[in-house]
Amino acid sequence: MLRLPKFTLHRPTSAADAVRIAAGHGPEASYVAGGTDLYPNMKRRVQRPTHVVSLSRCADLRSRAGVAGAEVTLGAMTTLTAIERDPWLQEHYPAFVHAASVISTPLLRNMGTIGGNLLLDTRCNYYDQNYEWRESISFCMKCDGSTCWVAPSSPRCWAVQSSDTVPLLCAIGAHVTLLGPDGERRIPLTDLYRDDGIAYTTKRPGELLTHLHLPALNGWRASYRKLRRRGSFDFPVLGVGACLHFDGDVVTRAEVRIGGAGSHAIPAVKTAAMLVGQRLRRDDAASGELIRAAAQEAYKPTRAMDNTDLDAAWRKKMAPVFVSRAIQDCL
Amino acid sequence: MAPETGMPESGGATAGGERAEGRYLHAVDAASLSVIGKPWRKIDARSRVTGQTKYADDLALPRMLACKLLRSSVAHARIKSIDTSAAEALGGVHAVLVGSELPVAFGILPVSQDEHTLCIDKVRFIGDPVAAVAAVDEDTAWEACRLIRVEYEPLDVVTSVFDAARDPHGMDPADRIHDYGREGNLHRCEHLEFGDLDAAFAESDLVREDLCFFEGNTHLPMEEHSTVAFTDPDGKLCVMSSTQTPHYLHRALAKVLAAFVPPHKIRVIACPNGGGFGGKSDPFNHEIAVARLSMKTGRPVKITLTREEVFQTHRGRHPVLMKSRIGVSKDGRIKALEFETHLDGGAYGSYGTASTFYTGALQCVTYKVDNYHFKGARWFTNKAPCGPKRGHGTPQPRFALETQLDKVAVELGIDPATLRSRHLAEAGSLTANWMRIGSMGLGECIERVCAGSGFRERWGRLPLGRGVGLACSSYLSGAGLPIYWNAMPHSGVQLKLDRSGLVTVFCGSTDIGQGSNSILAYIVAEVFGLDPQDLRVVTSDTDLTPVDLGSYSSRVTVMTGNAALQAAERARDLLVPHVAAQLDIPKGRVTFGGGRVFDCEDPERGMTFAEAVGTAEAKIGTIGTTGSYRPPKSPARYKGGGVGPSPSYSYTAAVVEVDVDPETGIYTVPRIWVAHDIGRAINPALVVGQVEGSVYMGLGEAMMEEMSYRGNRFGVHKIPSMLEYKSPTSMEMPEVVTYLVEDPDPNGPFGAKEAGQGPLLPIMPAVANAIYDAVGVRVDEVPVTPEKVFDAMQRKAQGKEARYGPRELPRVEWPEPRRVRTPWQGGTGVEVEREDELARSSQG
Repeated sequence: MLRLPKFTLHRPTSAADAVRIAAGHGPEASYVAGGTDLYPNMKRRVQRPTHVVSLSRCADLRSRAGVAGAEVTLGAMTTLTAIERDPWLQEHYPAFVHAASVISTPLLRNMGTIGGNLLLDTRCNYYDQNYEWRESISFCMKCDGSTCWVAPSSPRCWAVQSSDTVPLLCAIGAHVTLLGPDGERRIPLTDLYRDDGIAYTTKRPGELLTHLHLPALNGWRASYRKLRRRGSFDFPVLGVGACLHFDGDVVTRAEVRIGGAGSHAIPAVKTAAMLVGQRLRRDDAASGELIRAAAQEAYKPTRAMDNTDLDAAWRKKMAPVFVSRAIQDCL
Repeated sequence: MAPETGMPESGGATAGGERAEGRYLHAVDAASLSVIGKPWRKIDARSRVTGQTKYADDLALPRMLACKLLRSSVAHARIKSIDTSAAEALGGVHAVLVGSELPVAFGILPVSQDEHTLCIDKVRFIGDPVAAVAAVDEDTAWEACRLIRVEYEPLDVVTSVFDAARDPHGMDPADRIHDYGREGNLHRCEHLEFGDLDAAFAESDLVREDLCFFEGNTHLPMEEHSTVAFTDPDGKLCVMSSTQTPHYLHRALAKVLAAFVPPHKIRVIACPNGGGFGGKSDPFNHEIAVARLSMKTGRPVKITLTREEVFQTHRGRHPVLMKSRIGVSKDGRIKALEFETHLDGGAYGSYGTASTFYTGALQCVTYKVDNYHFKGARWFTNKAPCGPKRGHGTPQPRFALETQLDKVAVELGIDPATLRSRHLAEAGSLTANWMRIGSMGLGECIERVCAGSGFRERWGRLPLGRGVGLACSSYLSGAGLPIYWNAMPHSGVQLKLDRSGLVTVFCGSTDIGQGSNSILAYIVAEVFGLDPQDLRVVTSDTDLTPVDLGSYSSRVTVMTGNAALQAAERARDLLVPHVAAQLDIPKGRVTFGGGRVFDCEDPERGMTFAEAVGTAEAKIGTIGTTGSYRPPKSPARYKGGGVGPSPSYSYTAAVVEVDVDPETGIYTVPRIWVAHDIGRAINPALVVGQVEGSVYMGLGEAMMEEMSYRGNRFGVHKIPSMLEYKSPTSMEMPEVVTYLVEDPDPNGPFGAKEAGQGPLLPIMPAVANAIYDAVGVRVDEVPVTPEKVFDAMQRKAQGKEARYGPRELPRVEWPEPRRVRTPWQGGTGVEVEREDELARSSQG
């Protein structure tokens, strides 16, 4: 990897200032939170902002507000370590805390933020390479080239959604607030993403993700199951977020999202549909059978391809196993 | 035939005369030793852990320039033109170097001088360097590289041994990767026969044939290669580099730069290495490039490779495809073993010729093998060149043999530990391929790990998903032959005894973290009764220190140790008569200990060590001695027998426990028991460190590490980064229980054998064997990944062969074998064809 290229660093003290500075530099500007994603990408020359707007001094992005039973709001600059160590979150949102705690290493979680994790660049081992490496494949569609080497006849880029928190937060129905030059808007997290390796978010130019809103606790349970080579640190090459809403032991709503296996957290629609209205109990053979059958439906939508660690065909076969286990966790 | 004595040959001139009693010191009672066998701190430990050790990249000299290499972006092509004009015109650029300026080829082995500092007319893999730039800083040098225009004419790209083996006769000679080698892209092709295989197979009760594949992997040292070169006002070149082999680098520099500087004006200093593992054992193009650039610019020039470039520099584990055919009797004795290996060598020769022989050299030193045949082929491919990595060429066949023995044990209904311990090769014996075994503690190693792990009670009896696997291995304590033929010592030590009491040890060896500098201090301190921390050790500087061949082949403790011991005993012998005269006691009573020299019958009567040196110096002048070491001559006198002989062999046994998830194939390794026959531990703490390090590295190879390439995408390395080239972290490291077995070897200093490589070898097969014990499937391929375990489990569930592994080998027209009769056939260690000739010449 090369050293960082030269750039101008801005350090505003409020989100509004940050948005204003970024707007002034248009596409030349990039926000940076923890820098654990942006800076390596800059060293690889796949992202080349000449103005970097640091959010580290924006105190208004570090808050946590809300009480049990109501919506909880986290500032985008909340570090992953802060989430991992927050006893209140541990008690009330254990699946979210777990998802945050399995991201990378303690050192990177100290720097990495929830906002940054939600906007993590899609990954691909044809893309996350230094300049010379990419030159030797004549570059790729996502940066400097025109072909998606994962699927050369494909008109689109297949870089992979690789955030651990996204599948889980999409499954539980989190929202986010975005602040842009034209004002603030709040959208469901699922609406933030697009199924495209390059244009993977719907964030508008200059918009800053300021807050994450966790839904109120009202009878749902969730789980996140991660597949990776090493237990110590690795990006997910399959990450299943599952959330079940119950009335007694009857499932009233279900949402399963498959991450690390496509350019967005893929909804396992059929799996979820098969669970709704069913009576699910722990250690119950009939429930187990039903979950297995429902989880099997996650095989087809999983778009594992040969652009991450571990064999793509095996990763796809693992999707039903991980979905099944994530659902079991919710019982 | 007369057994070789293994006596270190005398050398050095300062103190001639009778050889001291060093070689019997192995028999010394451990209790009488004050330094040897104790867990002394490494002499450089404080410096290393406080960050004060200066690695090559820490060096910063006034006016120093930075160098970057422009590397090939194509895997195989002819260079039509190189235009450096734009780069030279860039501000801040001081010099641009291209291949035609250094036309002399080099390479670590005399038989494969196939590398150039910078490619001249052809590039052979992505990463082959074509130009070098020296500029005011790295960024400028990198920008300048982007301005160099290289026009390539693409050639066919070969990324596997099957590609390489395709139609060797029909291929256009212009498409060959090299214009030397056997034919086509076949680099080496060896065929050796020891004994009568057909008859032995016919007599066998069980014959099995197994194919397996060991994927390549790399060393992954923390420190990227780095070199600083400068030329002093007298025209003397100095190269300071992260190298394991300063002597061989010196030779390569002298050869390539012969037109510019004579050998005696080249000084190579090996900086402390931040990990080597074999990856810094070749002389490298970047080292020669900065040397020449420093001459061209008149300034110091430094290069530090990026991590991606370290992957391209490689010289790591060869991918090897293997077939092993074994014939055993009912009780498991190996009557016949036929072994075939295919090495994917990558783009250059490197150590590959030796690697090829190593894939066949050590099969017979662990268990008795009555008849043995070996065929080995090495193929050139358009990938980063392979070379020596910890275990050099032997982990791959060891994996094949140890997994095959596990299958034999299952078929014969004998537990794998008993099967092995019943037929151990004997201490002091000769093997079918004429390797002389020294001390042999494998039996005790097996018993120790079995007792610790409960292997015999648990194997085959654990619930589904849990398993234990056993495997054993052996490794050499230093190669018996040097890399280039010569009759000089392999290791030299000089001692200077100062009247202050300081002893300075000079030796060409290189500490790559294994503690070789400390070993020199311990051995010399033991002889003089000093505290090892009080000595000064000066190493790895070709101007100041006598030649040691380098830190490779686990040779350093045995060879520098013997040389240091000889030098120290000679110095002690210089002091003793003068001290005896001064104290007025018989020489036999002069004793060294606690920093004093005294009368063993009246310890009060004596003097300090410094006074002893002064006493002798007053009588005979400045006190200095030398010591040197050459390994014993090998009885393997056939062509190819130069690879494998060693002063002694270490032995290791390991039991690995696995937990497999039967639904996914994902597994973890909670515990490993490993026993290593070290001969004698010069420092048990360092030995345990080497054993645990080997276990760690072996586990990485077993579970996940692989040099994978995009064969269908231009031949690029798939994952040249510390994040995506998967290697275990400390968090994946299981609990390791280490046992040291000490059976002193007559050829080792104080009986010591090697520790750095052997303990890695059993880990990979033990993991595969444990997987079988856990879920009943065979993964005949390294790394044993969850995908492969899962695949084999699915096959099993479908009633197919419960196995994942290769099914074919490339086709080769093997040459006629070189036939050598085994010792028990009355052989002489030479080819049958040459026996008569040699007999005649010896009569004449």
